[in-house]
Amino acid sequence: MLTLRAAVDTDIRRHGRESYPDECCGALVGRGGLVTAALALPNAAGETARRRFTIGPGDYRAAERRATEQGAELLGFYHSHPDHPARPSRYDLDHAWPVFAYVIVAVEGGQPGALTSWRLREDRSAFDEEPVTVEETQCQPGF
Amino acid sequence: MPTRILIPTPLRVYAGKQDVIEVEGSTVGELLANMTAEYTELRKHLYNEDGRLRAFVAIFVNDDDIRFLEKEATPVKEGDTVSIIPTVAGGGGL
Repeated sequence: MLTLRAAVDTDIRRHGRESYPDECCGALVGRGGLVTAALALPNAAGETARRRFTIGPGDYRAAERRATEQGAELLGFYHSHPDHPARPSRYDLDHAWPVFAYVIVAVEGGQPGALTSWRLREDRSAFDEEPVTVEETQCQPGF
Repeated sequence: MPTRILIPTPLRVYAGKQDVIEVEGSTVGELLANMTAEYTELRKHLYNEDGRLRAFVAIFVNDDDIRFLEKEATPVKEGDTVSIIPTVAGGGGL
């Protein structure tokens, strides 16, 4: 199971909306199964950004370094599927890495909708979906 | 003199949960061969079925991508750090 801080859920959806009709992408940082920060990263897919995302080696290194500096771990990556369901494509499968959580947010007509998370099977044959929960924001009286 | 290889997060589980491995070798290819001989589970994530480095694996010697050097024949010298860097990609289209 993957748990997102409420701000992380908001940030991913906002990034998907602002990048539409292109795909957005970014890194998920946290510890254990809790994502505490979403780091927006440039989509290096160029002219194919409407249906692809690429995070280059330099941005990958920066994300891993940021996670370490925060005393956290790189837990995975997120990206959007503009006008496409929040399910991994064959292309997602071909380029996936083990261990990482792959969060996908569907953006339909510019509006973010379903948000799902997937992990690559050990034999690389398929993804398995995992439940995603969003941590409730703790509001203090008077705020 | 062994060379340090930095292991990225998703591959550490196949490398004894280490983020750095030290192995002997005079080229990048030798280092990777010696590393995967010891940590065999790494092989399928680094190489395709033809035994070539997967397209979405970048290898850097210090700050230089070996694709722009001599690829796996790139020499390494004492004090160099080799980094394995996943290029993360995907997308919704066919």
